[in-house]
Amino acid sequence: MIPAQFEYHKATSIQDAIAQLGAHEESKLLAGGHSLLPMMKLRFAEPPHLIDINGIEELRGIRLDGDTICIGAMTTENELIQSEILQQHCPLLVEAARLVADPQVRNRGTIGGDVVHGDPGNDHPAVMLALDATLVLHGPDGERQTPANGFFLGTYWNDLQEHEILVELRVPVIKKGVGHGYHKLKRKTGDYAVAASPVVVELDGDVCRDIRIALTNVAPMAIRAEAAEAILRGKAIDEALIDQAAREVVAACEPAEDLRGDALYKSNMAAEMARRSIRAALQQARG
Amino acid sequence: MDNPTEQQDREDTLKGVGCSRRRKEDARFVQGTGRYTDDIKLPGMLFADMVRSPYAHARIKSINKEKALALPGVHAVLTADDLKPLNLHWMPTLAGDVQAVLADEKVHFQYQEVAVVIADDRYIAADATELVEVEYEELEVLVDPHRAMDADAPILREDLVGKMDGAHSVRVHDNHIFNWQAGEKDATDRVFEQAEVTVKQDMYYPRVHPCPMETCGCVASYDKINEHLTVHLTSQAPHVVRTVVSMLSGIPESRVRIVSPDIGGGFGNKVGIYPGYVVSIVASIVLGVPVKWVEDRMENISTTAFARDYHMTGEIAADSEGRIKALRVNVLADHGAFDACADPSKFPAGLMHICTGSYDIPVAHLNVDGVYTNKAPGGVAYRCSFRVTEAVYVIERTIDVLAQKLGIDKAEIRRRNFVKVEQFPYKTCLGWELDSGDYHTALEKVLNAVDYESLRREQQEKRAQGELMGIGLCTFTEIVGAGPSRNCDILGVGMFDSAEIRVHPTGSIIARMGTITQGQGHQTTYAQIIASELGISSDDISIEEGDTDTAPYGLGTYGSRSTPVGGAATAVAARKIRAKAQKIAAHLLEVSENDIEWDIDRFKVKGVPGQEKTMKEVAWAAYNNVPEGMEPGLEAVDYYDPPNFTYPFGIYLCVVDIDKSTGETSVRRFYALDDCGTRINPMIIEGQIHGGLTEGFAVAMGQEMPFDEQGNLLGNTLMDYFVPTFVETPHWETDYTVTPSPHHPLGAKGVAESPHVGSIPCFTSAIVDAFSHLDVTHMNMPHSAYRVWQKVHELGLDSPV
Ligand SMILES: Cc1cc2nc3c(=O)[nH]c(=O)nc-3n(C[C@H](O)[C@H](O)[C@H](O)COP(=O)(O)OP(=O)(O)OC[C@H]3O[C@@H](n4cnc5c(N)ncnc54)[C@H](O)[C@@H]3O)c2cc1C
Repeated sequence: MIPAQFEYHKATSIQDAIAQLGAHEESKLLAGGHSLLPMMKLRFAEPPHLIDINGIEELRGIRLDGDTICIGAMTTENELIQSEILQQHCPLLVEAARLVADPQVRNRGTIGGDVVHGDPGNDHPAVMLALDATLVLHGPDGERQTPANGFFLGTYWNDLQEHEILVELRVPVIKKGVGHGYHKLKRKTGDYAVAASPVVVELDGDVCRDIRIALTNVAPMAIRAEAAEAILRGKAIDEALIDQAAREVVAACEPAEDLRGDALYKSNMAAEMARRSIRAALQQARG
Repeated sequence: MDNPTEQQDREDTLKGVGCSRRRKEDARFVQGTGRYTDDIKLPGMLFADMVRSPYAHARIKSINKEKALALPGVHAVLTADDLKPLNLHWMPTLAGDVQAVLADEKVHFQYQEVAVVIADDRYIAADATELVEVEYEELEVLVDPHRAMDADAPILREDLVGKMDGAHSVRVHDNHIFNWQAGEKDATDRVFEQAEVTVKQDMYYPRVHPCPMETCGCVASYDKINEHLTVHLTSQAPHVVRTVVSMLSGIPESRVRIVSPDIGGGFGNKVGIYPGYVVSIVASIVLGVPVKWVEDRMENISTTAFARDYHMTGEIAADSEGRIKALRVNVLADHGAFDACADPSKFPAGLMHICTGSYDIPVAHLNVDGVYTNKAPGGVAYRCSFRVTEAVYVIERTIDVLAQKLGIDKAEIRRRNFVKVEQFPYKTCLGWELDSGDYHTALEKVLNAVDYESLRREQQEKRAQGELMGIGLCTFTEIVGAGPSRNCDILGVGMFDSAEIRVHPTGSIIARMGTITQGQGHQTTYAQIIASELGISSDDISIEEGDTDTAPYGLGTYGSRSTPVGGAATAVAARKIRAKAQKIAAHLLEVSENDIEWDIDRFKVKGVPGQEKTMKEVAWAAYNNVPEGMEPGLEAVDYYDPPNFTYPFGIYLCVVDIDKSTGETSVRRFYALDDCGTRINPMIIEGQIHGGLTEGFAVAMGQEMPFDEQGNLLGNTLMDYFVPTFVETPHWETDYTVTPSPHHPLGAKGVAESPHVGSIPCFTSAIVDAFSHLDVTHMNMPHSAYRVWQKVHELGLDSPV
């Protein structure tokens, strides 16, 4: 329960953080610390250098830029929950943040750390997929933007490049005819999801113009249930179709067995969470 | 003339028995000024940390300390070989077995202590443990206790090979610890052969851990000049620890001081004597400086004293009306690698033979076999009295199964079998004497309070709609307050307890007991007992426990024994003081002792209003004006050896709704009626019941210590191990009846464990009840959503995907 020796460095700016990442071999950025420090305490990770980015103001905060919400990577879960911009324009993020961990973790844990950490149990990667978010990354070669879709490659594996830092997440504001849904099953407060499913649906009258169904903790990384989406896209969604989609959700899952359940349970729970989220999203979209 | 309001006022200012006095302890706890073992910092103190085995069963081929010793700040690395010359590499357990202090040639369970590092601070110590190089040769692992006595099972305890005379019985296999039986086997079997109806149910009571908020730890400090050892440690039984430490170390008991400071919950986890304590003491003696050892959470869950792990079969023979004719219980007990259960010496299965419960059962037989497996030792009473939880579980589950088989309502079958009020004191066929009870009255009270009939009707409607609703019932009898020294001892010391009370000249009081509070509120309630007995306000009474240099010898606090035994000692000691005080009062009032009567807080001359002396006045006189021939002072000690256990009981009812699509259970209602005899502090009782119900909920719904085939413990952090927060915890409704114990000086019985003991089978009863129309008779704990869903799925009740 005591980490191995490491050196602590405080970064003063994004540039400084990138420079320090280059200067110290095998260094790690320290955001909220609620994924990194437990791993260090268990000595699963023993980074010799930590670069603390908590002092970098430009990484914090939520602002509205036209139809886009820009969220600083260092924004905490609690700040997401309390944000009026998100409450009004992106209820999915507020819902998801509310169900992350417990109050202590939410006070320090950041959306950026949650997105890039790579634990399939983290909630925000699937939320980013469902929202069709864009990631803004800064590295030694400057800025690049990349869609969330395609960013998550496996457990502790994503498209974050060496010495790169996630700066901002961009998500679209919710519009008329769009609905969000989020359901998560967990064993208790402070636990990761047995399964969770964020859903965003866009209706055109009764017809589903588009839908994104994402899944948490039922595969090596956050995934989209694309076959399930295909069943619903372009149709007037009813319970029978939702049942069909649920079957596709089960097929999309490849969960690892652990104390939360075996593959059968987890994929069934993913289907049930997706079902509930689809219903909730439809209800919101219908206004 | 007596003035009732004036009397009431005097009574109220005492804050004595029956008063919901605020807890004296809370001011310091809520302000963060409690003083726990880890708060103790002594000059020059070093830290101990353990090198632990990654394997459940392996031979140690070599241990290389060089690199660890080379790390700056490391003072010593000790292994079994270093303890051997002191003969401390093994130590006796409370159960008549021995236990490795540090693994001697072999490791027997994952996380077993292999070496200890002593360093300047805990950070260096942690780094150094990684530098100790241990070479292992893996051995075949025994995880399943059902395999333990197979001919080809790997033998665990090489030190015991061929020693077939165990501490409690002949051993029939090298992995066998004991066989223990109670009751009449042949007579029971005969009833079963002829019975109109029989039922049989297998059930597993999982291995769980008490998981107190504060983990175990100690600070050992040996003073070489004065040859005096002081150990602060998290112990529920500091006096017993002193005796054991003296016996092991050879230091006279008079030069060993054990102090239990504030304790952050014990629940049985802090009864045992652990390797960490022993090596800290050895290290302090060898190095001549204080040494601290404190477990982290994973070490706590993995190594120090688990509870339960009973594989049980309950069988009932009955007539067609559901009247029980005989009970048969078989247990396979998984004790782990060393038998370190904490039970009275004569009872290797604790008080398991209370398993006839609240029922009038003519004949019964209990058979328990204990076996070794490659798991951590323990088997403590987790918020209960020595295996009572297991006993209550098996009888309550099996009677439910009988009700189901006969189609008789659960409440009705209990009515038919309860020991009747006029039968008390009631001798059970397994040898206990239930002191008092009124089960029928309590049951009806609960059924009326929840409107049982309409709940059953609602359940019918829900079932018709395909919904799962369950009603659980548990009507339990506990056995607490161990115990009469004729049949209860720990390492040969009788299980009495003690109180010493001193009344100061100005009428305030200090009292010390052999018990030790860990959250029960002794500072508050013991003072109330003395207040009522002596007429001094409890606010003027200080209670101290836990320091063996000052407190009288006692066996400690576990098994709900503080009020039944320590509380009785307190009342009796106070009565000794009052008897002396009465003589002094008579002397002061110049009348005969017989002309004096006691009135709340004073002595009065019978029939002469105004002629009176308050206890305060008498206290003053005790130090300057006593009758001739009487020694001055006003104090007393009592060592109380209880004539019997006490038998609190309760009626619990639980209503659950189960979500078929996720398996989640929502506890809609939990109604707990407890009868603990005389109620000393109703608020504290309520608090203890809430705590016990919550812990019972935790056990029933989530706690487990699962092992894989290699003996790896799969869930030893609080991410997996279920400790409920307010979010998960149901709303509790509490109620009570009062049936005093006839043999306890106050009529009090003990209460804090009843809610744990009684709620667990009640939850199982409710969950199973939700499926009982589908011929389900039992489901093993924990009733997590995952496991409940598996049943839903197996029965095809979930929505198809
Ligand atoms: C008890 C508990 C329960 C939890 N339950 C949940 C849950 O239910 N759902 C959930 O989603 N999470 C859960 N978490 C994880 C928690 O939300 C973490 O806070 C989050 O995963 C990581 O965010 P952080 O800010 O703490 O990052 P840190 O732990 O500081 O960092 C995590 C990793 O991301 C890297 N990193 C951080 N920020 C950046 C950045 N801007 N650019 C590049 N790399 C970066 C770090 O170097 C590190 O490798 C739980 C944690 C705990 C302790």
